[in-house]
Amino acid sequence: MKKLLLFCVALMTLHLSRAQETFPVNGSWDVRTGQYAFTNATIVVSADQTITNGTLLVKDQLIEAVGQNLNVPKGYVKVDLKGKYIYPALVDAFTTYGIPEAPRQATGFSGYGRGGVPVSTKPGAFGWNEAIRPDVNAKSLFHVNTAKAEELKRNGFGTVQSLVQDGIARGTSVVVNLADDRDNEVMLNDQAAAHYSFSKGTAATNYPSSLMGSIALLRQTYYDAQWYKGQSKEYNISLAEFNRTQALPQVFEVSDVQSILRADKIAKEFGKQYIFKTDGQEYQRIDAVKAIGGTFIIPVSFPAAYDVEDPIEARNVSYAQLKNWEMAPTNPAALEKAGVRFAITSYGLTNPRDFWSNIRTAIGYGLSEKQALRSLTEIPAQILGVSNKVGTLAKGKMANFIITSAELFKPDNVIYETWTGGRQFAISKMELTDLRGTYTLSGTNLAASTLIISGTPGNYEVSLSRTGADSARTRGSITRTGDIVNLYFDFKNKPSGNIRLGGYISSTSPVTLRGDGIMPDGSSIKWTATYSGTAPGNSGSLAGKSGTPAAKSVASVGQAIYPFTAFGYTQVPKAETVLFKNATVWTNEKEGVLKNADVLIENGKIKAVGKNLSAGGAKVVDATGKHISPGIVDEHSHIAASNGINEGTQSVTSEVRIADVIDGEDVNIYRQLAGGVTTSHILHGSANAIGGQTQLIKLRWGMLPEQLKFEGSDGFIKFALGENVKQSNVPQQYGSAYTRFPQTRMGVEQVYVDAFTRAKEYKAARAGKNSTARRDLELDALAEILDGKRFITCHSYVQSEINMLMHVADSMGFKINTFTHILEGYKVADKMKARKIAGSTFSDWWAYKMEVAEAIPYNGKLMHEVGVLTGFNSDDAEMARRLNQEAAKAVTYGQLGQEDALKLVTLNPAKMLHVDNRIGSLKPGKDADLVVWSDNPLSVYAVAEKTYVDGVPYWDYAKDAERQKAMKADEGRIIQKMLEAKGKGNSTQRPAFQRPRLYECQDIEESAYTVADSYNGMLQNQAAQQSQNKN
Amino acid sequence: MKKKFLLGFGGLMLSTVLSFGQANIMPAKAQAGPVVITGATIHIGNGQVINNGFIAFDKGKITAVGEGTAPATTGATVINAAGKQVYPGFICPNTSLGLVEFEAVRATDDETETGELNPHIRSLIAYNTDSKVIPTVRSNGVLLAQPTPQGGAISGQSSVMMLDGWNWEDAAYKTDIGIHINWPVARAARRRGSITPGQGQESPAERAQKQIDEFTSLFAQAQAYAAGSKPAVSNVRLAAMKGLFDGSKKLFVNANGAKEILQATNFAKKFGIQLVIVGGKESYLVADVLKDNQVPVIIQETQALPDKDEDDVYLPYKLPHLLQDAGVLYGLSGIGFWRQRNLPFEAGQAVGYGLSKEQAVSMITLNNAKILGIDKTTGTLETGKDANLFISTGDALDMLTLNVENAFIKGKSINLDNLHKQLYRRYSEKYSLTPKL
Repeated sequence: MKKLLLFCVALMTLHLSRAQETFPVNGSWDVRTGQYAFTNATIVVSADQTITNGTLLVKDQLIEAVGQNLNVPKGYVKVDLKGKYIYPALVDAFTTYGIPEAPRQATGFSGYGRGGVPVSTKPGAFGWNEAIRPDVNAKSLFHVNTAKAEELKRNGFGTVQSLVQDGIARGTSVVVNLADDRDNEVMLNDQAAAHYSFSKGTAATNYPSSLMGSIALLRQTYYDAQWYKGQSKEYNISLAEFNRTQALPQVFEVSDVQSILRADKIAKEFGKQYIFKTDGQEYQRIDAVKAIGGTFIIPVSFPAAYDVEDPIEARNVSYAQLKNWEMAPTNPAALEKAGVRFAITSYGLTNPRDFWSNIRTAIGYGLSEKQALRSLTEIPAQILGVSNKVGTLAKGKMANFIITSAELFKPDNVIYETWTGGRQFAISKMELTDLRGTYTLSGTNLAASTLIISGTPGNYEVSLSRTGADSARTRGSITRTGDIVNLYFDFKNKPSGNIRLGGYISSTSPVTLRGDGIMPDGSSIKWTATYSGTAPGNSGSLAGKSGTPAAKSVASVGQAIYPFTAFGYTQVPKAETVLFKNATVWTNEKEGVLKNADVLIENGKIKAVGKNLSAGGAKVVDATGKHISPGIVDEHSHIAASNGINEGTQSVTSEVRIADVIDGEDVNIYRQLAGGVTTSHILHGSANAIGGQTQLIKLRWGMLPEQLKFEGSDGFIKFALGENVKQSNVPQQYGSAYTRFPQTRMGVEQVYVDAFTRAKEYKAARAGKNSTARRDLELDALAEILDGKRFITCHSYVQSEINMLMHVADSMGFKINTFTHILEGYKVADKMKARKIAGSTFSDWWAYKMEVAEAIPYNGKLMHEVGVLTGFNSDDAEMARRLNQEAAKAVTYGQLGQEDALKLVTLNPAKMLHVDNRIGSLKPGKDADLVVWSDNPLSVYAVAEKTYVDGVPYWDYAKDAERQKAMKADEGRIIQKMLEAKGKGNSTQRPAFQRPRLYECQDIEESAYTVADSYNGMLQNQAAQQSQNKN
Repeated sequence: MKKKFLLGFGGLMLSTVLSFGQANIMPAKAQAGPVVITGATIHIGNGQVINNGFIAFDKGKITAVGEGTAPATTGATVINAAGKQVYPGFICPNTSLGLVEFEAVRATDDETETGELNPHIRSLIAYNTDSKVIPTVRSNGVLLAQPTPQGGAISGQSSVMMLDGWNWEDAAYKTDIGIHINWPVARAARRRGSITPGQGQESPAERAQKQIDEFTSLFAQAQAYAAGSKPAVSNVRLAAMKGLFDGSKKLFVNANGAKEILQATNFAKKFGIQLVIVGGKESYLVADVLKDNQVPVIIQETQALPDKDEDDVYLPYKLPHLLQDAGVLYGLSGIGFWRQRNLPFEAGQAVGYGLSKEQAVSMITLNNAKILGIDKTTGTLETGKDANLFISTGDALDMLTLNVENAFIKGKSINLDNLHKQLYRRYSEKYSLTPKL
């Protein structure tokens, strides 16, 4: 045994000793030039060229020649590949092969950061944020990993890109061959690409804690790097490396389509073109993806079916999950059809053995074999800058190829060998008989049964079944060593216990196995298994066993929906020309409430309001008994934003922008349309004194994030005062609380004074024509405020702090547009009025924390009466859909007039947001954003029957019922399909309910349990999920 | 510091004529003489409405209800309520009212005891009659509440309290009526983007079943303990559960999922316990079972978001009607403590979505009374019951019209002033405005 081991080691050492000039050799030199001639093969040189009966000559690492009728020189090892195929070895453009795994201190945008550090503590002259690590070079971390290489080579890969998958700027990657060789030998490109993502990875710096923070950091890094080139004050490795790596291909790892669009926006902003590594959902928005014009690296890690037998459990599988399960395999075909250039990666597969069945599934859904081959060879080679070395078979290129039993994409094809850099890796022996097939198994004392051997040679799967009175099915195990075959299985009944069969291949035509076996009771038997036909198709393969291209039909799937979630439209509705007849019309104009009046809308605008309007070509809607009001405007909302609404890690984060993270797939958009809301102001949270820039959106359900944005609206920014800013309600046990400045209202004042002092100096420094002052996005936003180009909405509660900020603003020379929440506004309404500051409050919230001890429901009424422009907001996805009722509470408490009450949630917030020229009242020329109510819109009994935005009926109660029916039917159809897939033995996963993330102002992102989350969770538990943490 | 603040505060209050210090909102005195309300639209609470009706009460009990002219009662205080609405006092089950003053201030929070099995703890004695929140809730017509302990697997016992009184002893309406438990959830919850639970792990259903098995064994022991005359070793926990087995206490189970509701129903059946489902978001999916087993549901909120993206966007608004149609007894609690003043609107919310207005009234009067086991004495305006009622100038379920002018608990005339009205008056004074209350 020992001897054998020694021998193996010796062999390996020899094997590794390729001539590397600078390395000393222990013992005699043993350099062997690998010279091979593969003859009589069908050689697929590239997706476009096939040589029949060809020869491939390999010398050392390279291809010596490829073609027909080649002379095989002497000294070459000859391999006859008659009937077999040679393909270029595959290239995987996205792996972490050979890279040590980073310690997982944090993932995603996680860690609110109270446990983290504000500025990098990494030794060295690096930048301030550890998530920016362009200085990381995979080339100095890479080390050959034999086991991982074999895993990849089993699937036919010969070359991969390896990257360090950590951080926002991740440094450079390498391209390596998968040969079992010295690290020096396998390197094809030591600076293949520069990599990016939105995930901070293991960075200990607490900033960023949100997606918008990640985007802001990346954006600032681009500016800093530009500035760095022209300055000599600072030495900074991170910025220098960032600049140096700009010349390389830029690969951005993203997840869903919206994040592709987000990354592309940054690319366009800085004149870049990213290559996107995605999670394979481009089919959901294929037009938008195509419009980017980029190259993609997509996975084939299609989701497993869910366990849906239990109808109650099945309710936990979302419609989006069902649809994605069905449609994800169509993604490669969708990209091909759209003409998008893409490579396919095996990255992301839970089990590498699913790779080929998934590729074939994709082909079953319409991906062409040519495209598949290109996406696995030429395209990744081009992306990685190694197309002169790999990807196709040609003289002078690396000897990277695979030998297969049949055409590569045939379901029963076997990859025999993968060669990389002239090194052979045998997966299954070519000369051995393929055992796959259906057999009749019989023996003494053994009821005749059917034996199916499937899988791949080297990795056979066995199942047995018998019919008749004792019918049974079971899976068995098989091992094969050369011609010796061992099998065992347990039918669980008659007999129960394992039956063990030992035997050999007694005949190859047809294949027959025979031998002796032991029954569970210890008795011996004789057995025979005779081949009776091919095995049924491999699990997951849609192409089936025939697989002949002529017979191939593209598998069908349901319709795409926009957005890709529950209540998505198969067809997004279009603007209508409508005449609403005979309604009670709340104009919010000097006409007041008009009874028996008509409203005409056309081209997304209000055309006319009045009595007895003529329809013209308009569709007439009888609105007798109905009320029509302007659409509701929510001044304070946190819906429709992805991955965090607080970048609370610093006291001033004016550089982050909600605009970067608008989420058009939040079902709350649709739900709020059903409550009459048409415009929402999406705010940064209230965790810090100067939060992020806000975004005004229209609730255009079904549109892309950019299309939701309110065109041409003024930019706003969120400020905050009080308990959230000074972290009053964060228990000390969560991280190192109570250290971030400020912890008192006194400190809050000085945060503002300091920030605006800096902003003024910055403005002055940037003012000169030839100013070289660094562009700072944080101070840019503050300078915009000073210039009256950006407007403040400030979260506020008690009178002292409100008064304070008004004084700071006066002394620093800026204006406050709106105090939001402003629950003690009634105490300082006169001072607000004097400065023309608006108040956007809650109708009746109080007692949820100390600073709302004197919040009263008469606040709105009092502010209004004193002369403050007053509105009611939600800060809550639930409350937002009945803001009409909240407005009515100003009637309950203080008897405000009804017209004025409705204005609290329509015209007044529109004025606060500077868009009352477009929305807020029903006036000819304004946007056709309106609601048809069943009753007085201020009544608890009013139902929003129709909601129009820009004349588009995004919400229609009657149509919603039909659409729900269609959704149920589609769900049922997909569930049937899932059950069938499970019946075929496909792997499944347990349903796991995804609770949608709802944000309120103080909520802090992200992943499983961050500080604020668990705190919120704790509070919620205390109130048995009843209480809500309000701001 | 605190004292100074309070002193200063009191002084400010006294400086305006109309406003009183909170401490001056006095609990009501016992009913001194008969009261007759006339000319009102009377919502009985059982679905009936009497137009132009009268209602008379004396010594805390309703003595007459009818249509038209009230019979002459000597010495009666007559309240002319022509054009106004009379309702039974609204009842708010399953609430934190009186147990919490400021949600974020731990020192003011007495609703969650530590530990998993606390059948012996009682909300009764933590009920703070001096809470400033209570007057803001009762001025919207909520006159009875069931302050309920939260937390743990078995949270403790609740009582029904009147929203007026000098102390908890005086404010108690019916004590220690039930035990509250949180049913284990057999659902794998995960946040968007997180990884799927592995197949090899214990499934959430298995984990939940283990907890249910623990409940089963505890209840079996408690049942045996209750049956025995003198236990070898006294156990306050088991002793506290005795009432569950002789029908004097109900078991309130917090459960929202259809599966959990089914499990709880079977569980209660097995032990012969009177069950109430609290929450019941998916109760409509198992309505038949609830009806057959006569298990009532206390819906928590109508003004809530659906649980799942796929659910009807109005599902929580429609839930009362779904249960009404299915013949299940249902009540409504609203949530939290200060938000309880919105209970009338939470009921009104269901009206646009299938429920009739009187069914919505019943939901927070008679139905809640039945579920809490107090319908013999309250929940409707019927002769012989306690005079728990209020007069609103308009429809009390609609915020547009709710305006409570008088309220009576056991015939006592309740002070409807509250902190918010006082501050309103105070700042109206500052700006020389006329408060409209």
